[in-house]
Amino acid sequence: MSAGLLFASVGVILFALGAAGVLLIGHLLRRILAFNVMGSGAFLVLVGLAQRNGIADPVPQAMVLTGIVVAVAATALALALVRRLYALTGKIELPQDDEG
Amino acid sequence: MKRLLVVLGAACFVVLLIGAMLDLAPAGIALHAAVSANLPSSGVEHPVTAVLLNFRGYDTLLEIAVLLLALIVILAVGIDSTTDVRPAASPVLQALARLAAPLMIVVAVYLLWAGAFRPGGAFQAGAVLAAAAVLLHLAELLPGWQSPGARLRLGLAGGFLIFLAVGAGLLFQGALLEYPPEQAGWMILLIESGLTVSLGLILAGLFLLLSRDDGDRS
Repeated sequence: MSAGLLFASVGVILFALGAAGVLLIGHLLRRILAFNVMGSGAFLVLVGLAQRNGIADPVPQAMVLTGIVVAVAATALALALVRRLYALTGKIELPQDDEG
Repeated sequence: MKRLLVVLGAACFVVLLIGAMLDLAPAGIALHAAVSANLPSSGVEHPVTAVLLNFRGYDTLLEIAVLLLALIVILAVGIDSTTDVRPAASPVLQALARLAAPLMIVVAVYLLWAGAFRPGGAFQAGAVLAAAAVLLHLAELLPGWQSPGARLRLGLAGGFLIFLAVGAGLLFQGALLEYPPEQAGWMILLIESGLTVSLGLILAGLFLLLSRDDGDRS
């Protein structure tokens, strides 16, 4: 198993952890964090798989760099929406329509 | 019950995907070979910068547009000023921030310049600029932003506008964002300088606009 494959495998585990967090956690701040863990996992898979034969590939690296900056913007937007929700309802959780 | 299902599903997903990755055939297209073959005509010497601003410049153009959009939406959502009580900044932190901020600006300019031939570039430089602004804000040397004035708006949108203007100018010579090899170097540097300032302001704005508090309200 090359270093690239190891990175990609860790990325898969991070993605699954984050996805489980997004599905299970009600608190929106922690859910945003879980979403970011998920995104980091996806980036790690992209970069790791691209260099599994030992040669670094600049194209996925550039894509991941773009992705990181977009993820920061998306996180900030999500935080702004959560603050708005908190200001309106006083809760940091989405309303439940069933007893989940 | 739901918890068990999700955990089991995640575990299955991990096992299946790692299994699939382990016997993945080698990639059919060798992109790194194509990148290094075209590197001399890109105007920069570092492959990641060449991909970001030349070969896939379109992605970067849309990226800065997305960032600008996120900031505009945050402004549109309308953040209520909150009364979060922050402990007063210690004099040690303030002195450190005063010392670090000019150095961070120098580092940002260096990163911007270094992007042409080694790891670095507009995004890293913009992130360092934004970090300097956030540090100054946390040390209570820079107030949170209320609503951007005309000059700040120009700074926020400037990087995107410069990028768009260069792209549109090149449209007359053929394709969008296809730099002529002789001029590619300074065009990329121009775009990156604009991007650095705008990215720094946007990333700082994402924080400083969100952290307005009653104390800053005028």
